Amino acid sequence: MSLHLDIAFSHLRSRRRQTVVSLLGVVLGVAFFLAVSALMRGSELDLVARLVDTAPHITVYDEYREARPQPARLLWPEGAVAIRGVKPKAERRGIRQYRRKLQTIDAIRGTQAAPVLVSQAIFSFAGRDEAVTLSGIEPARMKGVSTIDEDIVAGSLDAVDTNPNGIIIGRALARKLSLEMGDTVSVVSPTGNVRAMKIVGLFETGNAGYDEGQTFAQLTRVQALMNRPNVANLIVVRMQDAYAARTAAAFIERSLGYKSVSWQEASKDLLDALTVRNVIMYTVVGAILLVACFGIYNVISTVVLEKTRDIAILKSMGFHARDIRLIFVIEGAVIGIGGSLLGMAMGSGMMRAVEQVEIKPPGSTESITLPIYWGIDQFALAAAFAILSAVFAAWLPARKGGRVQPVDILRGAA
Amino acid sequence: MNAAPPPERASPAGREAPRSSVLVAERLTRRLEGEVPVTLVEEADVQIGRGEFVVIRGPSGSGKSSLLYLLGLLDRPTSGRLLLEGEDTSGFDEDRLADVRLAKLGFVFQFHFLLNEFSALDNVMMPMRRLGRLDADARRERGLRILRDLGLAGHEHKRPSQLSGGQRQRVAIARALANDPVIVLADEPTGALDTKSSGNVRDILRELASGQDRSIIAVTHDLHFASAADRQIEIVDGRIVPTGTMATLEAAAAAAKAAGTQTGAAPAS
Repeated sequence: MSLHLDIAFSHLRSRRRQTVVSLLGVVLGVAFFLAVSALMRGSELDLVARLVDTAPHITVYDEYREARPQPARLLWPEGAVAIRGVKPKAERRGIRQYRRKLQTIDAIRGTQAAPVLVSQAIFSFAGRDEAVTLSGIEPARMKGVSTIDEDIVAGSLDAVDTNPNGIIIGRALARKLSLEMGDTVSVVSPTGNVRAMKIVGLFETGNAGYDEGQTFAQLTRVQALMNRPNVANLIVVRMQDAYAARTAAAFIERSLGYKSVSWQEASKDLLDALTVRNVIMYTVVGAILLVACFGIYNVISTVVLEKTRDIAILKSMGFHARDIRLIFVIEGAVIGIGGSLLGMAMGSGMMRAVEQVEIKPPGSTESITLPIYWGIDQFALAAAFAILSAVFAAWLPARKGGRVQPVDILRGAA
Repeated sequence: MNAAPPPERASPAGREAPRSSVLVAERLTRRLEGEVPVTLVEEADVQIGRGEFVVIRGPSGSGKSSLLYLLGLLDRPTSGRLLLEGEDTSGFDEDRLADVRLAKLGFVFQFHFLLNEFSALDNVMMPMRRLGRLDADARRERGLRILRDLGLAGHEHKRPSQLSGGQRQRVAIARALANDPVIVLADEPTGALDTKSSGNVRDILRELASGQDRSIIAVTHDLHFASAADRQIEIVDGRIVPTGTMATLEAAAAAAKAAGTQTGAAPAS
């Protein structure tokens, strides 16, 4: 093996300039592969993290995915039954006995769940009426499933527990209605109930629609306001492993019957778009590497042609075709491995540089940095791809070299 | 075969003792297929004894190099068989033939055919490294000794390009001897050398045969070189002819030329 290595290196040294050029090709290929994929993966993860952070991982709705089967269909499953104009049974909406259902969800490992009663309400203050979404929450449970607690800028989420008439609103809404902490506002429910509530907290998420339209109050208070005691219409679930949400949602739906939507399902369109983006990105950066490996094919083809006489000598000496192939494949692998190592170093440098770039999006006060994914998997992917293509690029001329018959060369030379 | 240094190979019986045949070729024929099939060698019967120095002679295009490649297992006969140390090599595949060449045969070609990127010593050690019978120190020691025996002391670490033609050919001989072969095959070993270097190479080959009991088969059309051999095989148009035929042919051709006849063809013998 060391003999093959020696010969391989002697060939690479004899065509130093070409070797360096093809090595540079691999280095640049790997470096750009890394920089581009790190940026793309980084932004993807950043996007998903935002998605996962702001939206609940699983939302259990008070509705069913499929319409209830009609008795006639159940009775004659094989029969020619046609039912038209079905009007769903009027029933009280909402997740009843949600406490027991919460226990079912809590039993799944790594989950936290919170009941929410979401309804519409009208804020009446200083002669202005503003339609808002009023969510009844349990602060203790809500903190476990939502990041809203981190977005509180005045007061606290717990204040709705200490003051049952307390309400938390977005800062944008407060500004719009000239409300301040401690002010009292009239809240009108769709059922006609009116209650004066005191502002005990302000939040700011950065999402304008949310900050203007969302309000929180204690769950029991909202239940009373809406005349729906002991009912929640959403159960919001957060998982330790966000990527387990899909299977957990399916399990919850199976055991509770209610429609449970994981974040993957809710943002399926976005995730599909990300997948397409990844396929495009890997195709492009893979193509860069492939082109780089044509350089390897080139240098090794040249060496095989140039060293035909040497191959004839080695084979007449007693080298097998396998030995000859091994020598040239080693040459490709050396360029591939060397190029990968240098390329990873250069790629890391580029990633580090990109990470330093600060961008101030128009209209935003804080500057953001480009997200870079430092995962080891893409380094491994880049190196594996580069080395495999290098070996493949070397294999083609190596096979040709192995087929050289010494007699043909000797006859030609004599 | 073992790692014994060449001098120990000398048979105490000397050259006069009856020799066993190292290489036996029976009705070797090599035909190149193609649109116009060419017969390179036809039904050649050859026996080479241990320690024998045999020269193959013939006019250019007579098939003498082709015969050497067949005897050296570089090429495979279309028909006929070849026994090396009593072993029939007909059924051997390409790799097996390569292994036999590596362990039992050594080659010297008209052009030195050394690897230019490696020093003289590295070139000599290459077959030993491929064979892997000796460890690194023993390989080095043996390589240095062979080079020194061939008068190349002090040139061990030079590249082929830094050596003269005669020195390169001696390095090539040293490489042929690396794995202590049974037979050394040489194809026009002096073809590209001046008279002095030619004589030197001839003496070395002569010494290898008589002093080390190694068989030498050399192709040449150098009469002076041929005269050093124990035996000459003459080949004309791919067929082995009785010794002296060539001299007759040459004399006849000369006579024809002298007589002023325009016939270029050799008269039938």
